[in-house]
Amino acid sequence: MKRTPAANRGDNLTPVAGNGLLDRRSFLRGGAAIAATMGYTLVNNAAAEPLADDPWSLTPGAVTKPYEQRSRYEEKVARTLTNPKGETRVQNARTPLHRLNGVITPAGQHFVVAQSGAPDIDPAKHRIVIHGLVKRPLVFTLDALARYPMVTRTHFLECGGNSAPLFSPTPMQANLQALHGLVSCAEWTGVLLSTLLEETGIDPKAKWLIAEGADAPTLTRSVPLKKGLDDAMIALYQNGERLMPANGYPARLLLPGWEGNMNIKWLRRIKLTDAPAMTFPETKTYTQLLPDGKALQFYFIEEVKSFITQPSPDLKMSGPGFYEISGLAFSGDGKIAKVMVSADGGKSWAQAALQEPVLDKSFTRFRLPWRWDGGPAILQSRAWDDKGNVQPTRAEFVAKRGELKAPLSLVAFPNQHFNAITSWGITADGEVKHVYA
Amino acid sequence: MFTRKSIGVALLVVLSAGFAQAAGPGLGQPIATSDIAAWDTSIMPDGSGLPAGRGTAAQGAQIFAGKCVACHGENGVGGSASALTAKGPITSINGGEKTIGNFWPYASTLFDFIRRAMPWQQPKSLTNDEVYALTAYLLALNKVIDDNTALDAATLAKIKMPNRDGFIIRFPDRI
Ligand code: HEC
Repeated sequence: MKRTPAANRGDNLTPVAGNGLLDRRSFLRGGAAIAATMGYTLVNNAAAEPLADDPWSLTPGAVTKPYEQRSRYEEKVARTLTNPKGETRVQNARTPLHRLNGVITPAGQHFVVAQSGAPDIDPAKHRIVIHGLVKRPLVFTLDALARYPMVTRTHFLECGGNSAPLFSPTPMQANLQALHGLVSCAEWTGVLLSTLLEETGIDPKAKWLIAEGADAPTLTRSVPLKKGLDDAMIALYQNGERLMPANGYPARLLLPGWEGNMNIKWLRRIKLTDAPAMTFPETKTYTQLLPDGKALQFYFIEEVKSFITQPSPDLKMSGPGFYEISGLAFSGDGKIAKVMVSADGGKSWAQAALQEPVLDKSFTRFRLPWRWDGGPAILQSRAWDDKGNVQPTRAEFVAKRGELKAPLSLVAFPNQHFNAITSWGITADGEVKHVYA
Repeated sequence: MFTRKSIGVALLVVLSAGFAQAAGPGLGQPIATSDIAAWDTSIMPDGSGLPAGRGTAAQGAQIFAGKCVACHGENGVGGSASALTAKGPITSINGGEKTIGNFWPYASTLFDFIRRAMPWQQPKSLTNDEVYALTAYLLALNKVIDDNTALDAATLAKIKMPNRDGFIIRFPDRI
């Protein structure tokens, strides 16, 4: 039997899918009016304490600083580090996505994977050279780049190794930051690479570009020239400020939607070539073993993915009743077209509201009202993009890409590009845990 | 008096004449290929870009003992950093560590990576002869070449790595 959509019955708080999922439009149009008739006031909460002036209302506040710091109550909202003492190995910093909202990742919370730390680059001395299969090799200073036409675009950036713990055969006792914290989203401003290539000219034999950083290992990646001419940017600003040192100050290559490691930080050189250089990261680190021992290479795209940020592990539910389920969806191949949410482990689904504007290769926040009845529930989200790509279920993903025999450490990512559905199990006492469903 | 249309046409002529000379701001400085050489150390999988120089596994073993063993361990295993020899072929997703012998598809990558990134604390400090020697040492340890093969641009370019055909390009349509 086909159910009449709840919204058409003028009863916006009627569940539209199992375990209490409500219509996404409940609070969008005339929300206040609906809420007034639908009964917030009907809930019998305990009466609030009488109000009195707090100490901070009785004395002048703090002096304004040249560069503002967060409230001291927020200091624990920070990235988690895998190598805080800077030992001679890679350093990862994971974004606390479960304690942020909106779609922009503050620059200081942006994820980092640094093979050998952030170089201390003097912008007055930094140079970017474009050479190889070009008509004339050119060197650009940052002062020169500052005079070029710029663009501002919001794009997510994801490490190919993000979510790798989910290749494990059993669920991980870990929070969202540990499982999915190697993805962030920022507003980037810079010069399109195509603008500069117009000036160097391109030899028709050129098919690839090799991008190189100015860090200690001068990390290099080969990028198809097609991408370079499509939407690649030399990014100079991150959320309106110059790039953070660990995110590539003073200039990085930005390849919207493509594997993080290819977005060369501290960019100093671009060489046009007829073939890929087959560098270390593109032949070893960022290749993905398949069940038969062969490996995928040149994965490029961070495929369509979503996860629920609130609620999620570490964010305990405070009793039955109303909650807003909220999360992030993104696709390296386009715009998010639709996100569906389930509260019963994928048996039934309700469409989530997408926060406008929905941008290309950007985080898109989704939200859905939920009335939790206090019983066990399994929350999932699933995203579609406007190119017809669908986020796979875990079973679909494992059938193609395989699963590990033993649980993976939370800091390693021997395999990459995991984009299947994530499930959060809610227990009757309000704990939220990673589960497989 | 000009008509609106004739001004439009005149503007178009001026603009396209301008475009023919310089499309953009034109603030890049020309540079000679020889002046890029210090940065342009890229080596292609066919060996193009390999510099002059030569080294043997025996020479490489000595350099390794001085500059690499602290992190990579004796014979390239058991150190704090990545293993440099294979335990065996990789036959599944659980195949263990990807290493030079069982995974790397191109020998050119080994030369390039050692030259640009190792040793960790002093990258780009090795001479080309030293890099050839270390490459020979690690390839001999992995039984890709024998102990007596000296490596130079010509011999290195000819090496076929065991796992050369172990890769599937994920998105060929994006290339
Ligand atoms: C201070 C520690 C340290 C020293 C000394 C060092 N390495 Fe490394 N090496 C590392 C680390 C850490 C990595 C992992 C880098 C990565 O994966 O990005 C590495 C990776 C490598 C790799 C890649 C292995 C693989 O399959 O992933 C090679 C080859 C290598 N080193 C060779 C050398 C050589 C040759 C020397 C001596 C000239 C040397 N290393 C000295 C720390 C060191």
